[in-house]
Amino acid sequence: MSITIENISLSVNKEIYLKDISLNFDSGSKNILLGRTLAGKTSLLRILAGLDRPSKGKILVDNKDVTGVSVRKRNISMVYQQFINYPSFTIYDNIASPLKVAGMGKSMIDSRVREAAEMLHLEDMLDRMPGELSGGQQQRCAIARALVKDTNLLLLDEPLVNLDYKLREELQIDLQDIFAQRNAIVVYTSTEPSEALKLGGNIVILDKGRVLQNGITSEVFHKPATIKVAEIFSDPPINLINCHVEGSVFHLGQNVTIPLTGHMKSLASGNYIAGIRSNHLYLNPQNKTDTAIEAILDLAEINGSETFFHVNYAGTKLVVQEVGIYSKKINSKILFYLDPASLFVFSKSGELILSPENFSV
Amino acid sequence: MRIKKRTLFFMVYIFLLMLPIYWMLNMSLKTNADILSTFSLYPKHITFDNYIKIFTDSSWYSGYINSIIYVTMNMVISLVTALPAAYAFSRYSFLGDKHMFFWLLTNRMAPAAVFLLPFFQLYSTFGLIDTHIAVALAHCLFNVPLAVWILEGFMSGVPREIDETAFIDGYKFPRFFLTIFIPQIRSGIGVTAFFCFMFSWVELLLARTLTTTNAKPIAATMTRTVSASGLDWGLLAAAGILTIVPGALVIWFVRNNLAKGFAMGRV
Repeated sequence: MSITIENISLSVNKEIYLKDISLNFDSGSKNILLGRTLAGKTSLLRILAGLDRPSKGKILVDNKDVTGVSVRKRNISMVYQQFINYPSFTIYDNIASPLKVAGMGKSMIDSRVREAAEMLHLEDMLDRMPGELSGGQQQRCAIARALVKDTNLLLLDEPLVNLDYKLREELQIDLQDIFAQRNAIVVYTSTEPSEALKLGGNIVILDKGRVLQNGITSEVFHKPATIKVAEIFSDPPINLINCHVEGSVFHLGQNVTIPLTGHMKSLASGNYIAGIRSNHLYLNPQNKTDTAIEAILDLAEINGSETFFHVNYAGTKLVVQEVGIYSKKINSKILFYLDPASLFVFSKSGELILSPENFSV
Repeated sequence: MRIKKRTLFFMVYIFLLMLPIYWMLNMSLKTNADILSTFSLYPKHITFDNYIKIFTDSSWYSGYINSIIYVTMNMVISLVTALPAAYAFSRYSFLGDKHMFFWLLTNRMAPAAVFLLPFFQLYSTFGLIDTHIAVALAHCLFNVPLAVWILEGFMSGVPREIDETAFIDGYKFPRFFLTIFIPQIRSGIGVTAFFCFMFSWVELLLARTLTTTNAKPIAATMTRTVSASGLDWGLLAAAGILTIVPGALVIWFVRNNLAKGFAMGRV
């Protein structure tokens, strides 16, 4: 089965939610809709589900137009960001409900429910009510209900966003296995680049209701078509520095010059914008070719096992992400290093010109 | 032990509240002669004659039965009509929905007396005078809007995504509504039924005007106990006590949800 959406637009009260979106999803594919809040991820998902009608455009399933078909008649399942279960049913009945409605036999339902419950580690909670479970368990119940039915289309709207960190990581791994076992089209929305990278598959970068780029997740990550895509697809957003090339010298900002080597060798003279992900900036040089940059430290944020240094390099704000916990004096000078080979180069208008060749995530 | 000021205030308050009810209970257990001759804080010669008379005399107990019948009818009609209406108001937006929702409440702004004449005329034409359904329908004018308001509040508290999940699971609307949706607003339905009961049970004007004998409510019976020998105090008090009982019972059942009901489910 394949789903094609053609020129989908959605506007409510003159506000544009989606603008002219055309995409294609193939059977068995994992698709991630990545974008910030209000990018239109949920709107697109709801249109795919048939919960909302697009203002313009068509949805084709195997080349048949299903745009106006009621959600009840489509073979889909969906997991919401909020934990949505039927509060008056036990966990068992919650998971069993789509099968019961479909009129499946009792013994068949039982084996399917237990299988799904096992997959999501809910075996011991089948007799309980959703209100008695923790958030993570409730969401697992919702996922189990979505998985128990063999659907052609599985939609997940930021399913892990309200869960705690540990549980999220656990479920991310479980979900990858579960997705791999099915032949359904999986569409998964997320705001987190790291989640998208873990899930792999294909990605659609959305911003303000428009598709900025779509393709294989790792390819989009390594070759973001525009600065906007690079910003959305890195966390913290990619660092941007104005730069210009004169002959064979690359001026990064005002104070740093780099010889034009490696992937930048053929760069013509002119003005550009350089992009570098914050995890490619280091406090200590990693190899001989690394270039040192001096900046003022504005703020140091500690996030468990990593430290984020917000620095000011001649008026340009940059973030340096370093594994480990460091304490540095605020407003003091700080030296950090970058490998010119990990630089992205964008044109002044924001299109990608060069991306690093040997990259690591 | 020192009693706190607040506790003391509360006790006085409760005492003042309960005093009339106690006095009625006191009277209901006395004979007329006792009531009129001596003043006593408690019945010296307890008699249940007043209660026995109410339970044996059909002109008395039929009043209770009539009241219970039309009140029940009214509760059922109000709920059955208000549930779908409230669902529509809480889930869909349509032209003029907000105005209509407000307009519903304005129905309660007019006193019942305003509607007496049209109801009387209409029901006479259709031969509905002195039937239980006549009173039940008349009370719907006040109870349905209130029920819609209360239920809408409770329904809006149920996430819309639950409806959508049910539809995605393949539920047809009626099955979803009865098996998934209704259980979630159980307390709202209880509170709504209580408010319908309360209004319909105490409403006198419409109930008395639209009935004569067959569907005469207890409240009307109580207003007609003046006889040649004066008022039958003891009997009236006993009837009063018996009229309070169903109300107290209903309040007991919905006591935990009452505050939420007064806030129209928006607590």
